[in-house]
Amino acid sequence: MPLRIIVLTKPVPDPAAAAEKLGPDGRLDRAASTAVINGNDEYTLEAALKLVAEHEGEVMLLSMAPPTAVETMRKGLAMGAHKGVLVSDPALAGSDYTSTVAALVAALEGLEYDLVLAGFDTSDGVGGVVGAAIATKLKLPYLSSAASIEPDPGAGKVRVKRISPTGFDVLEAPMPALIVGTQLLGEPRYPSLKGIMAARSKEVVTKSLADLGLDGKTVGGGVARTKVTGKEKPPARGATQVVRGSAEEGAKAIVDLLASRRLI
Amino acid sequence: MAASKGAIWVIAETNADGSLAKSSTEVATLARTLAAVAKSDAAGIVVAADPKAAANELAGYVGRVVAIAEPKADGHAWAQVAAQRAAAILASDSPAAVLTGAGPDGRDVAGTLAALLDRPVLVNATAVAWDGGPSVEMSVFGGKLVTTSTFSDGEWGIVTVRPNVVTAEKGGSAGKVESAKPDGELELPLVPVVDRTEESAAALPIEEARVIVAGGRGVGGEDGFKLVQDIADALGGAVGATRAAVDSGWIPYAQQIGQTGKIVKPQLYLALGISGAIQHKVGMQTAGTIIGINRDPDAPIAEFADLVVVGDLFEVGKALLDALRSRP
Repeated sequence: MPLRIIVLTKPVPDPAAAAEKLGPDGRLDRAASTAVINGNDEYTLEAALKLVAEHEGEVMLLSMAPPTAVETMRKGLAMGAHKGVLVSDPALAGSDYTSTVAALVAALEGLEYDLVLAGFDTSDGVGGVVGAAIATKLKLPYLSSAASIEPDPGAGKVRVKRISPTGFDVLEAPMPALIVGTQLLGEPRYPSLKGIMAARSKEVVTKSLADLGLDGKTVGGGVARTKVTGKEKPPARGATQVVRGSAEEGAKAIVDLLASRRLI
Repeated sequence: MAASKGAIWVIAETNADGSLAKSSTEVATLARTLAAVAKSDAAGIVVAADPKAAANELAGYVGRVVAIAEPKADGHAWAQVAAQRAAAILASDSPAAVLTGAGPDGRDVAGTLAALLDRPVLVNATAVAWDGGPSVEMSVFGGKLVTTSTFSDGEWGIVTVRPNVVTAEKGGSAGKVESAKPDGELELPLVPVVDRTEESAAALPIEEARVIVAGGRGVGGEDGFKLVQDIADALGGAVGATRAAVDSGWIPYAQQIGQTGKIVKPQLYLALGISGAIQHKVGMQTAGTIIGINRDPDAPIAEFADLVVVGDLFEVGKALLDALRSRP
């Protein structure tokens, strides 16, 4: 029984480039920075690729982003995903969580899958609430904080080791199910040259709101129910004291600072 | 005193032993502080098979606690069960706001509740003020910017609050605990827990440590982490690590700090062999005092640490250990 896995992949501003900024409307200026696949989504993608290598099947990327995100999604295709769906519509600009969830739910309703995988959170939003909201809207079993994912396609079930404060809980649910993964799923692979070449001819279908049967007036910045009212630079830390010299001098500098701040 | 509108609600989380989670004591303290400004009430919901202990504890922080004894909260993934039972209570109030923790369970509850009640969400608050509704500070872009956000006029929503941004403090008088029976069927699929394993290393959660001594790639291996542990012991702290150290298998993921790990705010952060790249920095940059021991004087950590000792981390680390141990 082949597995059909959809991996939610969010194109985010490259955190390493550190060029992120807000536009005048208080929204993220997505043109200001190079986009990359959200780091946490690469772990779930890696897990999906391993699962279809083991069980056979297909991995589809699902993103919601501006049209240029097709190029960002190519990296996921180069890692080995088979195809992609990009939900993109000018009316989605400035979407809050509610709109993001509505658009992804509409897209998933038109797709077939055994598993939907989402990353623990995104580096630009850091919310980690979209996965649970989608599962709730679609009434899918929801298994989060996954350290491992073990589907049994024959039995139509999936087991997940969920990180708990004291160890692991093993959860079990029928498929289809939505799983939120963690870094413990394993280090993502780098795309091979062959993978990069193959990705060029893989299909990414772009879907507009009309394609999904959504009214542009019901989603996006125009109906956002949260707003940014202010922004400021965080308070600057004091100057850095740099100590060079012997190990003993270095240790003394540390002890002196700790003592002066009553930390020892 | 009857509030003009509904309460500021907290959805509480419990520990494995049934006591109230530390993050929930913080969130409850925040709810009470905000309610005083909003001239509203602070209230809490505990959903557990046996909610009594946590509910009594929560009543130390907020005026009203609804304890829902739900047998299915045990033996199943907790958050969706809790969110459904909480939703029924919240639907009969007209909440001013709902607060949860921003940890794994808090996020799951917030996301589920948002979908069930069709409410907006603001996430990962580093501070919350009250201005007709919650005014929520968030740290974005790897700590480069702090934004303030609100819900739109006339909306109430759900706010997830980061650990360690509020100091838990009990209120002046104990609140009232009401028991509520779970009402109606659970409509979302129940996900059973079929097995449980305990990890011996799960001692003090690293988010709660006052002092963290962390090691990176420069520590070189499990042996190197013994020195990190020794220094942590000497300072009464916990051991943290970068992703590189965790990926190398030198230390468990539970100890990872940064973008794909935990976000911590200890009074002291001592970094050994950690360059301070943005992915790590986002997890620790709000620590009270930051000290780095690093061979490279130009490493990014020199831009935000209070003190950087340039040198070999083993030599400086051992000298530090000697100095700490020989203190009277």
